[in-house]
Amino acid sequence: MIDESLRTELSKQGIFTLKLEELYNWSRKNSVWPLQFGLACCAIEMIATSMARYDLARFGAEVFRPSPRQADLMIVAGTVTKKMAPQVIRLYNQMPEPKYVIAMGACAISGGPFKQGYNVLKGIDRYIPVDVHIPGCPPRPEALLHAFMTLQKKIEEQSLTSEQRPRHLHADAPSEFPIPQYGAHDLEPPNNPDVWQPPVVTRTE
Amino acid sequence: MPPDNDPYLVILVLMIAALLFALAPLALAWIWSKKFSPQKPGPDKNAIYECGLESKGDAWIPFKAEYYLYAIIFLIFDVETIFLLPFAVSFTGLSADAFISMIVFVFLLVLGLAWAWQKGVLTWK
Repeated sequence: MIDESLRTELSKQGIFTLKLEELYNWSRKNSVWPLQFGLACCAIEMIATSMARYDLARFGAEVFRPSPRQADLMIVAGTVTKKMAPQVIRLYNQMPEPKYVIAMGACAISGGPFKQGYNVLKGIDRYIPVDVHIPGCPPRPEALLHAFMTLQKKIEEQSLTSEQRPRHLHADAPSEFPIPQYGAHDLEPPNNPDVWQPPVVTRTE
Repeated sequence: MPPDNDPYLVILVLMIAALLFALAPLALAWIWSKKFSPQKPGPDKNAIYECGLESKGDAWIPFKAEYYLYAIIFLIFDVETIFLLPFAVSFTGLSADAFISMIVFVFLLVLGLAWAWQKGVLTWK
């Protein structure tokens, strides 16, 4: 392990030192390939983000992959209905590690304006781990870019070998998340307890 | 021994370099995956289809081959028409040999048609 003061001293002399982990994360965060799929109107903003005016290509993330096997990032852009949720989770399961999720827009994070709808999932984070939530209905491309930068910061800080390393580097952590089934009234189970638990409201007198 | 003794030595060196150039990234990726990222296969991840929906049934199913016989019979009689036209044009000037061989040819095809008819190929199910 290189001493931090030695490192700054070396950089003053024009010699840059780098940990393998930093090189790995630097290359990873600049080539995040999103999965090409949109669920509702947020997808239009996602498309706008990838086009020339907002230019997602600046972040190395313009390569939208039509196959989950080649994607690193899932942008859940739009209302997740209960009919669609199992498919979204299955696609997430099929993505190779390391994989990230941006829940884009009010619907993807909470159900949004359709929260009262019987067929709307109240947030995709009930079933899969979400890295960045973006509010907005729909969020502007700038918000998605900000989410990207937040994700890049997160990737940059991920450790490779320490105990705090991300989920996918732990051998015993699951790579597949259980896919809910259609029940009589709701998806079964209504949420993945390992990922999300309903908030407990306690009344204090 | 001077280095330019064998003119093919440089090609050998370049070939080895090219091989290393191709294999080194693969080997590096393999070592990296062994050392750092644990493999976690699963039923979803190993699924063949990647459209989000579960595939139903087996991919190794026989296709219905009914139309195949129908098409073959059509093709045979289509070709027969090509032979029938010159046969009709030169009918009056034909020798007995040619006439008999042509009749045998048509008879064989009619036999095949009768067989297919009897087998029920011509009725669409």
